[in-house]
Amino acid sequence: MKAFTTHTGLVVAMDRANVDTDQIIPKQFLKRIERTGFGEFLFWDWAKLDDGSENPEFELNKPAASGASVLIARRNFGCGSSREHAPWALEDYGFRVVIAPSFADIFYNNCFKNGMLPIKLTEEQVEDLFQRAASHDGYQLTADLEKCELSDVHGLSLPFDVQEFRRHCLLNGLDDIGLTLEHEDKISAYEAAHA
Amino acid sequence: MSEPAYRPRTLFQKIWDNHVVHAEEGRQTILYIDLHMVHEVTSAQAFEGLRLAGRPVRRSEKTVATADHNVPTTDRSLPIVDQISKQQIDTLRNNCQEFGITHYDLNDPNQGIVHVIGPELGYTQPGMTIVCGDSHTSTHGAFGALAFGIGTSEVEHVLATQTLLQFKPKTLELRVDGQLRPHVTAKDMILYLIGQITTDGGTGYCVEYTGEAVRSLSMENRMTVCNMSIEGGARAGMIAPDETTYEYLRGRKYVPQDFDAAVEQWKQLPTDEGATYDKSLVFNAADIAPQVTWGTNPGLVVPVDANVPKPSDFSDATEQKTAAGALDYMGLSGGEPITDLKLDRVFIGSCTNARIEDLREAAAVAKGHKVSDHVDAMVVPGSGQVKQQAEAEGLDHVFKEAGFDWREAGCSMCLAMNPDKLSPGERCASTSNRNFEGRQGKGGRTHLVSPAMAAAAAVAGHFVDIREWK
Repeated sequence: MKAFTTHTGLVVAMDRANVDTDQIIPKQFLKRIERTGFGEFLFWDWAKLDDGSENPEFELNKPAASGASVLIARRNFGCGSSREHAPWALEDYGFRVVIAPSFADIFYNNCFKNGMLPIKLTEEQVEDLFQRAASHDGYQLTADLEKCELSDVHGLSLPFDVQEFRRHCLLNGLDDIGLTLEHEDKISAYEAAHA
Repeated sequence: MSEPAYRPRTLFQKIWDNHVVHAEEGRQTILYIDLHMVHEVTSAQAFEGLRLAGRPVRRSEKTVATADHNVPTTDRSLPIVDQISKQQIDTLRNNCQEFGITHYDLNDPNQGIVHVIGPELGYTQPGMTIVCGDSHTSTHGAFGALAFGIGTSEVEHVLATQTLLQFKPKTLELRVDGQLRPHVTAKDMILYLIGQITTDGGTGYCVEYTGEAVRSLSMENRMTVCNMSIEGGARAGMIAPDETTYEYLRGRKYVPQDFDAAVEQWKQLPTDEGATYDKSLVFNAADIAPQVTWGTNPGLVVPVDANVPKPSDFSDATEQKTAAGALDYMGLSGGEPITDLKLDRVFIGSCTNARIEDLREAAAVAKGHKVSDHVDAMVVPGSGQVKQQAEAEGLDHVFKEAGFDWREAGCSMCLAMNPDKLSPGERCASTSNRNFEGRQGKGGRTHLVSPAMAAAAAVAGHFVDIREWK
């Protein structure tokens, strides 16, 4: 798995709640049998007009969002399907950090498997980030997973919580399957006892 | 030596405890998985991962596969037109062959939606841990199993280790007292509950549905309720097993050979007297009317005799913005009676509502009527077995005579990965589980309802209050 230690990047603000996985990556793009190449289809229905051209109104298509790698959004980000294609698409597009007041459980879990850091803050803290992003051109955030701290060059220094074990695995890019197989004897013992 | 104090436990806690392989403070628990269901859309990358790492499938006999999401629902003797879909379906077949996994292929009489065939073949049993790379795996919780959706990395983890790394969720009891009123169904119950707790009210929880109204439901109806747990944010939803559960399972193909002994075991599962949940909410079944969603998430729902809400009906700024966006997408202004909404399409199907009882309910309403001339209506059975049973009962004739299209089994227009989809602007009454923007086709407008409400809407050409149906 890809490791994550610290990341500084351009912020794009999506002032939307309940952004669902059908929006993040519509189903017509789920037919690929690879893990890569989903980025160009990210938010397809919002990003494209009916004739297939780019929708200039969409947040990610604005020139100021070009190269963004930190996404901030409102509550319940990633709700809906279990499709891991959603974090694959975000990651392939270039996002490394997603910040919201809450995430759907499966999406949140899927992010960690792909070297992406989802950060939960309070509604008020997220609102503050929206305002900062609106008032500073080229607004950047730094997410430091070593220190569990979000910061910017305008004096922001905000601690965030992440479960210690998830943090440990992400910092070191540990492979879940490898970790579990260290306990292979216990799996065998369980199977023997429940045969 | 003193006996350890008896500690009453919930259904969830018992299943969790029974499946712990290894637990360490502060770490995810390694949880044993009894049944892993696999479908074509979320598995290819997992099998590829195994191949790259040179890992086998640890317990292929605990893994069952079928193709459902992507399959055409038209004549199965014809080749699949969509070459990318075909490649995904072929890939699943090849992976199952290579790794020795039972696979219900396109022309198998038992093919169908993974959450329909698991229970009907008796794979799904009380007390099990069940996972699948699909969020509607919560369906299987209707049998008193702990069942939830997982991502593709986790699919690979289960294939390789037959376990999953999990942080223990909290428990939420949703209790529905009393009895549902006539013509009010399990679908209305779950839509009502999601409307009450909102689309993320269950996030972080495993739900147990309790109360007299829940106990009175048939297995098919319990599956409808548990199926939509994820639409309220909960990964898993469960109902304690009882005689209804055991009678449904008795005689099915893959249930334990010593069925009565298994039943005695299963009887230990229900939540003990005095056990507590992290949170409990109580509702009254008599308060529930037939429901219709008006917005772009399943929590945006009102009774059929209500009006579409306006953004000003919501107090919080984020909710107002969400409501305004939803109205705009749905082509509604807010304030119009639900029964005034004119429909273009009707879809009866999906893992929520394509079991035999659902089709019986819809057929009872459609019988002797004709689908409105401005409505295109289709019925997609949940499995080959459901289709066969429906045909044995003559339901296919009822639907066809009324003007419904009668299809082969699959997920179909629930998520529109196959050719069944809405055109931009089309308004659809659907028995499925998600009304997200574009879910049934880009620009399509989905209203979620029960099978009976969908059938009545197909005939009338607009939503009708099923309680007044003649």
